[in-house]
Amino acid sequence: MSTVVNKAVNGTVSYVDDRTSIGGFVKFFARKLFPDHWSFMLGEVALYSFVILLLTGVFLTAFFVPSMNLIVYEGSLETMHGVIMSEAFASTVNMSFDIPGGILMRQMHHWAALLFNAAILVHMSRIFFTGAFRKPREINWLVGFTLMILALAAGFTGYSLPDDVLSGNGLRIIDGVLKSVPILGSYVSYWLFGGEFPGEVLIPRLFTAHVLLVPALILVMVALHLFLVFLHKHTQYPGGGKTDRNVVGLPLFPVYTAKAGGFFFVVFGVVALIAAVFSINPVWNYGPYDPSPVSAGTQPDWYILIVDGALRLMPGWIGNFPFEWEFFGFTLSLNILIPALILPGIFFGFLALYPWIEAWATGDKGEKHVLDRPRNVPTRTALGVAIITFYIVTVLEGSNDIIANLFHLSLNDLTYFLRVALFVAPVIAFLVTKRIAFGLQRKDRELVLHGHETGNVVRTEAGEYMEVHRPLDEQEIWLRVNYPNHKPLDIVPQYNEDGVRRKGYGWDRFKLSLSKFYYEERVEPVTPLEYLEAQHHGHGASEHEAIEADADTVSASADSHDK
Amino acid sequence: MTHHDDTSLTTEVEDTDVPAGFTDPGVADHEPRQADVDPKADRRAEWQVAAMFGISIIGTVIALVGYFTSDLDGSVASVRSANLWIGLGIALAMAGIGFGAIHWARTMMRDHEMVEERHELRSSDETRAAAIQNLKDGAADSGLGVEKFGGVRRRGLLKGSLITALAIAPLSLLVPQIANMGGDWDISKFAHTLWTRGTRLARDPEGTPIKASDVTIGSVFHVIPENLYESEHWIEEKAKAVVLLLRLKPEDLNIQPGREDWSFDGIIAYSKICTHVGCPVALYEQQTHHLLCPCHQSTFDVANGARVVFGPAKRPLPQLPIAVDDEGYIVAQDDFAEPVGPSYWERLTHIENEEA
Repeated sequence: MSTVVNKAVNGTVSYVDDRTSIGGFVKFFARKLFPDHWSFMLGEVALYSFVILLLTGVFLTAFFVPSMNLIVYEGSLETMHGVIMSEAFASTVNMSFDIPGGILMRQMHHWAALLFNAAILVHMSRIFFTGAFRKPREINWLVGFTLMILALAAGFTGYSLPDDVLSGNGLRIIDGVLKSVPILGSYVSYWLFGGEFPGEVLIPRLFTAHVLLVPALILVMVALHLFLVFLHKHTQYPGGGKTDRNVVGLPLFPVYTAKAGGFFFVVFGVVALIAAVFSINPVWNYGPYDPSPVSAGTQPDWYILIVDGALRLMPGWIGNFPFEWEFFGFTLSLNILIPALILPGIFFGFLALYPWIEAWATGDKGEKHVLDRPRNVPTRTALGVAIITFYIVTVLEGSNDIIANLFHLSLNDLTYFLRVALFVAPVIAFLVTKRIAFGLQRKDRELVLHGHETGNVVRTEAGEYMEVHRPLDEQEIWLRVNYPNHKPLDIVPQYNEDGVRRKGYGWDRFKLSLSKFYYEERVEPVTPLEYLEAQHHGHGASEHEAIEADADTVSASADSHDK
Repeated sequence: MTHHDDTSLTTEVEDTDVPAGFTDPGVADHEPRQADVDPKADRRAEWQVAAMFGISIIGTVIALVGYFTSDLDGSVASVRSANLWIGLGIALAMAGIGFGAIHWARTMMRDHEMVEERHELRSSDETRAAAIQNLKDGAADSGLGVEKFGGVRRRGLLKGSLITALAIAPLSLLVPQIANMGGDWDISKFAHTLWTRGTRLARDPEGTPIKASDVTIGSVFHVIPENLYESEHWIEEKAKAVVLLLRLKPEDLNIQPGREDWSFDGIIAYSKICTHVGCPVALYEQQTHHLLCPCHQSTFDVANGARVVFGPAKRPLPQLPIAVDDEGYIVAQDDFAEPVGPSYWERLTHIENEEA
């Protein structure tokens, strides 16, 4: 039996290889090594959510009617009988109520979209905090960044399709934002809606963008993203035997075929479970779009909250100073432009360019394949936490009515508070995070020099009490001493010996101040000399260290280091 | 800050003892798992994996049974039940395979890490040189910059015309495409609504006209023009024309200069479309006379010309001048004096046109 199977397999393989030379491909891929770490799954969650979106989305297109033609509902949901609605809305209701599993597909699609966006941001944070965007991965960071923007576009275009009251008001906000653009705004709005809001063409247009344009771009970008991951080979966390010149890990076949492949099914199962149990976007409770009603607590999907929150935060007036200006007979609506376009532009622009900004400060031209522990790059880590804090403030403001209602706060006071917090909280987060990172680095120093506290207190012959410390093993030490210790750049002075100004000095000055911002304040890693001294003269070194580490009873006996 | 240059101690360690750096201990030793050393544990792991695959099979059965037994009768309960059983079935069918495969990998597949060399990504100098040479050869073959007829043929004309053609060719496609998508491009429509002199104010959505005597103090009416549904594009018209009609105690109402005859006995009408980004300003606080937009919380003071008292809006809500006709119905005196809804670049020019 098995010989028959083997023969069949060999025959097939040979047939395909004769015509495609797939053998070389398989040889290259099958045993490719991947490092193991739970945080490497975050990007997979995003990828698998996208696959689920494709699978469920194809089903939805079979029943959704992308049309704004108005009809009178006569379907199976009796509470809606006689209501005038668009065919888009009616088909959404019909696929939910008339098709077994139809609403499940809708809910899986919607939950997967929320997860897709969330996973991308969390994955991006992992890349940021571990420095996985450094050379040679800057381009892949940009590809990933583009994917994040495309995911937002996919989410928003899809959210708008059912043509319900909530999403219709969302589109109306988009209309208002577009109209605020100087000179072109009115025409951009007119172009998008094919006339005045809401018009009759928007849903078909959004539908094409949602099922063709955006997913095709995402597919291309995903292919490029994964191609570059394979080309660069995966990064690895620091540890014994791991360098910038090797990969330590397990083979794609069978280990990651099973782990990553299995993980796809887990993500699929979890999304199905959520969709089975938790209702999402029950549009029949909101009703079809009508320009007049709106419900309290209107909120977009969570990934749009940054823009919605910013729109809520921005005051139209500060005292007697207005943020809508009129000059030469034209109107400039800064109260809309700043939160909806300028602020997201700066926020996302900074993220897109971040790898280059840090490279200017570091001045390091080498390839980096070993990841950073976040504590070892305190300024980057602090910047990341500050950015996240900023993001969270806008998201909180985007839910301010719900928060105010839940905690019985004044909506206005909450907004005043968050207006201040938008500027203050990221600064506090930056400073606190930097201190915590330095603290962790000092803790690492202390551990390397003096070992783990054991809790065993011994009394020496002389009557002295001291705690026994257990030295770290070589792996533990290596992790804590072997990392790049960046220092501020040295730059060539502005004038040479002959007093001639050199070109490019201004740019170098900028890079110098950037690198000082990053690396001037730092905790040095333990040097071999310090380590030896701590070994030979535990007492002397430990007293010195005790002040450093800000601990009351850090002490180590020389005995504890004897092996 | 923490530069460790505590040199007082260095005298006690001979310089020759100090290595240049720490040594890499190499990849950590492989620690065998239970299933690697204990045949019982190995067998147990196999059973566990098989059990998870078994759960997946059961899940598929549940999903199929859930599908074929679902009986949708238009009630939310029937939909919920089908959703639950099919969904749970899919969840088990998928997660069973997933957890099984992962458990297999974690217990029985290789976990002894291997090492592979990396190579620098840049191409070798020879490859780069060869690539550049290929491009140069290609450029020469194209006839650009070749020496011919006793001079270098730079072919500026050729290059210039090609670049120009390529640069403007997209317009031939994009201009018709983009130009068609904007319909009639008549943005002056932003400035006009269905309201004209004598249009009755009617209840939204029924369209029944409102008598002044119906409007009691403290009440709010959501209003549309009585003739709204006669309009071909009534949704677009509704998106601009919706109005809130309120009645305050006449002594609470500070009538704005120039609008002395725009309201009637404490009855006053404002556009319902927020001047921020256009959401309906639907929430009315009777005690404070404040109108709140639920989208971004712009708050307008109805008693004082709907001026902005909080939030991101800058301009007051436009007021609709109203009167009472012979039969006691509330009617508009005219269209709004300014475009309703969010600001846009040409907004002021549209007001000037109105006056001209």
